[in-house]
Amino acid sequence: MAQITLKNLAHSYNPHPKSEADYALKEMDHVWQDGGAYALLGSSGCGKTTLLNIISGLLTPSHGRVLFGDRDVTDAPTAARNIAQVFQFPVVYDTMTVRENLAFPLKNRGKDAAYIKARVDQIARMIGMEAMLARKAQGLTADAKQKISLGRGMVREDVNAILFDEPLTVIDPHMKWELRTQLKELHRQFGHTMIYVTHDQTEALTFAQKVVVMYDGRVVQIGTPEELFERPAHSFVGYFIGSPGMNFLDAEVQGDQARLPGGEIVALGARYPALSGRVQIGIRPEHVALAAEGLPLAVRRIEDVGRHRLLRGEVAGRALNLVLPEGGALPAEPRVAFLPSKINVYADDWRVAPQEGR
Amino acid sequence: MEKTWNNKAWFLVLPVLVIVAFSAVIPLMTVVNYAFNDTFGNNEFFWAGLEWFDEMVHSSRLHEALGRQALFSAIILAIEVPLGIFVALNMPKKGFWSSLVLVLMALPLLIPFNVVGTIWQIFGRVDIGLLGHTLEALGLDYNYTNDPIDAWVTVIVMDVWHWTSLVALLCYAGLQSIPQAYYQAARIDQASRWAVFRYIELPKMKGVLLIAVLLRFMDSFMIYTEPFVVTGGGPGNSTTFLSIDLVKMAVGQFDLGPAAAFSLMYFLVILLVSWVFYTVMTSMDRNPSDIPEGL
Repeated sequence: MAQITLKNLAHSYNPHPKSEADYALKEMDHVWQDGGAYALLGSSGCGKTTLLNIISGLLTPSHGRVLFGDRDVTDAPTAARNIAQVFQFPVVYDTMTVRENLAFPLKNRGKDAAYIKARVDQIARMIGMEAMLARKAQGLTADAKQKISLGRGMVREDVNAILFDEPLTVIDPHMKWELRTQLKELHRQFGHTMIYVTHDQTEALTFAQKVVVMYDGRVVQIGTPEELFERPAHSFVGYFIGSPGMNFLDAEVQGDQARLPGGEIVALGARYPALSGRVQIGIRPEHVALAAEGLPLAVRRIEDVGRHRLLRGEVAGRALNLVLPEGGALPAEPRVAFLPSKINVYADDWRVAPQEGR
Repeated sequence: MEKTWNNKAWFLVLPVLVIVAFSAVIPLMTVVNYAFNDTFGNNEFFWAGLEWFDEMVHSSRLHEALGRQALFSAIILAIEVPLGIFVALNMPKKGFWSSLVLVLMALPLLIPFNVVGTIWQIFGRVDIGLLGHTLEALGLDYNYTNDPIDAWVTVIVMDVWHWTSLVALLCYAGLQSIPQAYYQAARIDQASRWAVFRYIELPKMKGVLLIAVLLRFMDSFMIYTEPFVVTGGGPGNSTTFLSIDLVKMAVGQFDLGPAAAFSLMYFLVILLVSWVFYTVMTSMDRNPSDIPEGL
């Protein structure tokens, strides 16, 4: 096991990249702590899989270095890295039995038969396939095949890291919960470094201690689920995390006040320096409330989503969502107020740190 | 739902039945007719029963031809299938070179059979042929017109040259359909090159290999034109394969009855062996007790 360090790492599939747009992965520096459980979150095509394949050695980065502990493995083949990886779609060896499939990585590493048998039985119990061990993998359901893939990923105890590339895409919802719980349990037990790629925020937030959000080939924020929710570092994180995402309103920020295009004044929780570029304020729907004094709200739609209601409306001509408690009537001319301490300020999509304590 | 029964629907399959009848069944029936009758021309037939079959089953001439034929097909399959797989594994996967190699590989398949025969007939000649002359210049005693071994080697090399491409192209198509994730998973699992071949490539090629083996078996078992052009079945009878013998019998000696009986048995042997290949290859890697899908 080792800490994984990415140094000035960048990758372009184009052999002669001309501009930054040619890079699938923009230059980044990042350290994956030994034994951490990370979720790599981002929309499709943002470079998550590319990053994973670089770590596992399936892809050699065009720039920068990859370090396992102090060892530079940038040019080392996958076999020398001792990494496990589970792919989005099930990969099983059709002609082998389920047992042989699970034993394959151990056998290739020359483990002795008794150990292999014990370990395979243990993994089979974990993925709930004990009854099928003697069966050929061919003809199993996609579900079962993916569980075998997961099992093959977890069967080696001494791996440096286990990488999961959206492994639960093809799995039934109820099984997803179970397997995710198993993965967390496995992490607690063995303390492997785990990197879990997903575009499902629920999956990311429940699995990981730290969530790494990628956008357009760049890591835009690394943080705990709470940090991502409270202080998104980039407007993409604001949109992507939360349901619905953060509200953004164009504004002019002066000191501790924001002026909306219609001239309305919104109080901020802190003072900000003078800003240039496109300036916006961001506020979570959970932190907007109906108030006697405040901005006039035009109501478009109200959705009942169970524990609360979701109001989709407009403030100063811009879309604004807010979370309403259940029950209670809406006033004829509703007004809303923002919780000042929960307002974040963005300049050209990046969060601006306030000048003084919040 | 209740199915609608309408016997007029049979008329819809009538065209197919007519075409198949005229293209296959009726011509085959004339052969059957000859096989069970004796004729002295004039369209007069005398019932012969199983006499011709009896004669052919006990004919040592047929036994020898069948032995040569079986040996030839076995050698052809033993060389062309592994070689074809090997070539396919080493062909470039994409880009300019893959297109070029594909075209080059397809070339031998586009040459008419008798032209292939002529090419090798001349190529192997000791006096003017590039191959024959070179071998002789190297001090090798090579002459396919009077040495049975040389004749066999020439015919086999010619067939390998002509048809390995087919096996290679079929395998190549099979290999190209394997998703990258399989190779990636194998690298993660630290599978050896052999294991990748054994557990990923070979199973995924099984379907196309079945087609390749069947095609190569049937074609090699029926081979006529190329060896006929190169060796004419000689020296002696050493390269007289079944169809060459059959033509000699039917057209050369005009023994239509025995030749027809021979044809029918020939046809049945090919059918039988193909069925065996098919059954064996499709039943491999099946679960012994196939339980229903779903967990």
